[in-house]
Order: sequence, then structure tokens, then C-alpha cells
Amino acid sequence: MTRVYKWEVLKLLAQKRNYLGLGAAMLVPLAFVVVLTIQKGGPNDIPLGRYLRETGLATPFVVLFFMSIWAFPLIVALVAGDVVAAESHNGTLKTILTRSRNRGEIYAAKVLATFTYTLLVIFAMGAVALIAASIAWGFHDLTSLSGTAVPAWHGLGLLAASLALYAWPMAGIAAFGLLLSTVTRNSAAAVVGTLMWALLMQLLGVLPGTEAIRPYLLGTQFQAWHGFLRTPADWAPVVRALWVCAFYVTIPLAAGYLVFLRRDVAGE
Amino acid sequence: MSDAAPVEARGLVKRYGELVAVDGVDLTVERGDVFGYLGPNGAGKTTSLRMLLGLIRPTEGTARLFGRDPIVDGARALDGVAGFVEGPRFYPYMSGRKNLRLLADLDGGKNASRIDEVLDVVELRDRAKDRVGGYSHGMRQRLGIAASLLREPKLLLLDDPTTGLDPAGMRDMRELVKRLASEGITILLSSHILAEVEELSNRVAIIRSGTIIYEGLLQELLRSAGGSYRLSTTDVERARALLLARGFEGIQVVGGELRFQADVDAVEAATVALGEAGIGISALVPHTATLEELFLGMTEQEAA
Repeated sequence: MTRVYKWEVLKLLAQKRNYLGLGAAMLVPLAFVVVLTIQKGGPNDIPLGRYLRETGLATPFVVLFFMSIWAFPLIVALVAGDVVAAESHNGTLKTILTRSRNRGEIYAAKVLATFTYTLLVIFAMGAVALIAASIAWGFHDLTSLSGTAVPAWHGLGLLAASLALYAWPMAGIAAFGLLLSTVTRNSAAAVVGTLMWALLMQLLGVLPGTEAIRPYLLGTQFQAWHGFLRTPADWAPVVRALWVCAFYVTIPLAAGYLVFLRRDVAGE
Repeated sequence: MSDAAPVEARGLVKRYGELVAVDGVDLTVERGDVFGYLGPNGAGKTTSLRMLLGLIRPTEGTARLFGRDPIVDGARALDGVAGFVEGPRFYPYMSGRKNLRLLADLDGGKNASRIDEVLDVVELRDRAKDRVGGYSHGMRQRLGIAASLLREPKLLLLDDPTTGLDPAGMRDMRELVKRLASEGITILLSSHILAEVEELSNRVAIIRSGTIIYEGLLQELLRSAGGSYRLSTTDVERARALLLARGFEGIQVVGGELRFQADVDAVEAATVALGEAGIGISALVPHTATLEELFLGMTEQEAA
């Protein structure tokens, strides 16, 4: 299994276009910091927006908010929607399925590689945002969402926890992309479909009359990390994000697995 | 490896809605066979091969490789089996060597040490560092063979291995297949090039409209259409009358020569009679049907 996973990751790394997503995830926070160093104002109406120039620690959280709308879903969809469909299209699926690995192993390796890429882009964004913003405004204590001061090193731990929690709903988008990639065997359809799904989840969250289902929408879970930045920590959104996203991850993955296991691999 | 036949398909059926792509195919490939699998386009050859490799699920019937069913036993059923269907496919953004390394790892990694050896066999070692995306069609075909050999197969399934190759490449591929067969590898060869199958195979199956219409020894198939002769004489009409008088049937006069079918003894006796009748024989040529003639005759019956 480790070998199959290693090659799935290497395949992702060998394709230049996957660096575009990674590059974009790193470029956005850099551009954000540069613009804010040039301009005076800032996004004061979003969580931690008003503290941007107090510490470099605030920037990754603010960029997380902006990138959750379409940038991260797009980056993740580009990989997840392509990972099975491209192999179907290029005929390489039959090459790897006629070696000594069962379909389940191949599928699991693709899922893990996609999740690895998802984690990588999120943490790469966080690292670049933190470094660039710390160079611009210093690495100081962070003001929590409750208005209390959080020591800088503790804030760093909260950032890591927030990025990891943020990756979980993103894994839900990736899982949906994998399902579409497996079912449609068409990269473009799977990528666009995944992006539409992510945007629909966000749209449902702002439509009037959706209050009852809002806590269970995927888009809502992108704000679950706010719980870490309250004093004391508010675990309710964190715990809810963990189990809600578990459904968004496991159901498409299980469906995709069953399709992958039984599908005919013919001339695509 | 069990004593079971390398390939044993029984009652294989594949339906796509109303379309029956393969309709009750029975195939047995014995150890050491170079088994030619022939059929016109769309006859069901590739679909059968895909079912043998577990790439598609049969609607009915079973396919076993060395006694194991790819659908039931998964990847384990492909132990000792290698090959490609509809041409080998590789990751174009990786080098030939890296592609082989990947495939060796998928096989457990123990064959990675043989990569140079198999690259030498297909004469690709010099280009192994180049991306497959820049390879010619022939180079990809050869890389496909290398990828197959990496598994040290006991059974090799090759679907049109010489398609797209230049004459020298086709010759080299045929030589390679011969060499592999001489090393004891069982080969199931699907090809459109009938002369190639005739040259390489000892047994053949012919599939038409999803159904096997012949399976057996190639020599038997060729012999079944034997006993055909072309005769040139000094007097065509008298020769024809003499042959008719001796009970020969179906005599045709084509381009000033006689064509007929008869057994060897009757022909020998007829030549003596022709000589005694003062009819000179300028040529008597036994004509053996080629596989191509037989194939076209069998597969075009339906179209007719």
C-alpha cells in the first residue's frame, strides 16, 4: 500500500499543472500581504481582519476565510476531479490494474494522495502567509476572537490546529471530486462538478430559510476553526465539523469505491 | 503456479444493453502455445481479452488464468500474466525508466533490478531517461513489451503488438515473440496481420460476431483447405476432358490453366494418364490456402 501511495503522490508531483494550484495557494497570501503593506485599510469586517497589522499570525486566518469561497475548492477540485478520470482517459488505468494490486489498493492510494495534496496546499498557504506577514508586521501575540491576548507561540499552535481542521471540510470537497472523477471518467466534468458542488454548499449557507440545515452544510464547517480562537475554546463547532464532515467524506468515498471496484475498464 | 491451463474461458458473454459484444466464447490456451486470436474489427477480440484480464466483468461465463478467475481472485489471478490490450499505455510525463520503476513497485518491487535487462531486450536503454510523451509509437510498443517482461510472465497477452510499427519494427517484434515462445512463455496473440499469426502461431481461434467459429491447430485448419492444384498443359481442353473422365469435379479453367481439388493419389494417377494421352504437363502446382484466404472465407460468410 505504501508503494502505491508513494507513486500516486509522485504522479501528482510529476504533473506541472498541479504546481499551479500549489503555487496559487502560496501566491495569494503573498499578494495579500504586499497589497496590505502598500494600502492603508483592511478587511475589518471579517474575523481577525482588524488585527492584521498587529501580528503576522492574523494573516493566515484571514486568508483562510477568503480562499474558502472558491480558491481552495478550485485548487482541490483540479486534482480530485482529475485523479481517476485522467487515468481512464489516458488508458493508464488498465496498465496499473493489470499489475499485482487490487482495485481497492489503487483507489485508497488515490484518495490518500489527493488528501495529501489538499493538506499540502492548505499548510503551504498558512506557512507563506505567516512568514510574509511576520516579515511585514512581526511575530507578536494574537488577539483572539473573544478579544483576549494569545501568546504568539500558543497562537502558532492554534494556527496549526485551525489549518488541520480547515482541511477536513476541504477533504469533503476532495471526496466529492473523487466520486465524480470515478463516475464520469471525464476530468473537465468532474472538476467543474466539484466546484459547483462546493459553491452550492456555500450558497445554501447564505440563502434565507436555510437556517435549520446551515450547521450541517459543508460550507459552514470552513468556519469551525473560529472555536479554537475563542477564550475559552468553543468546542461545539469543532466537534460538529468533525462528525458532519465525516459524512461528507465517507459517503462519496464509499460510493466512489463501489463504482471503482465494479467498473469496466474499456477503451474510454 | 498450478497445472491449470494458462487460459480457460467458458461461455463468456458480454452485453452492453442490446448489443452482444461477446456471445458464449470458449477458449483454451495450453502451456507453450503461441495462440493466434483472430477476428475482424468489432468481432469481440479485445472485449474477450479485457475479460480475461479482469478489466471488464463478463455478463455470463468465466475466465480463468492458470485456474484463477480475475473477478473472484483479483490481482492474484494475474500472477505470472502480463501483456496489454489495445496498445500499451504509460504516463507521458514520466520517463520510460520511471514508468517501469512504477510498474515494478506495483508488482512488489522485487523486479526493479531487472529494469535494465528488459530495456536491453527491447533496445530502449538509451532512451530510458526520456519522457514517454516524446516516444514514437514503436518505442511505446517496445516499452509495453518491456513492462510485460518485467513480470517474468508465464503467459503473455498481446493485442496487436505490431500495429503502427515500421517493417523493421514488425520484424523485430516477431523475432522477439518467437524468442519468448522458445523460452517457454505461452503467448496469446491477437493480431490483424494474418501472415504474422500464420508465422508465429501453432493454434488459432477465429471469432466472428462475438462467437468462436474455429479453435484448433493452425496446421489442421490449413490442411482442411488443402488438396487444391493448378495445372498447365499443352492442351487444356483435352486435359480437362481427361480429368472429368477420371471423376475429377469442380474443374475450373482460369487464365489458360486448370484448377481443381483432388487427393494426392488421384493426381499422381492423372499425371501418368495425361502423359500416356500425349498431353504435356508444363506445371502442376499444389496450392495451399493461406490463413488469410481461410480467414476471409470464414469471416465474410456472414457479410455475404
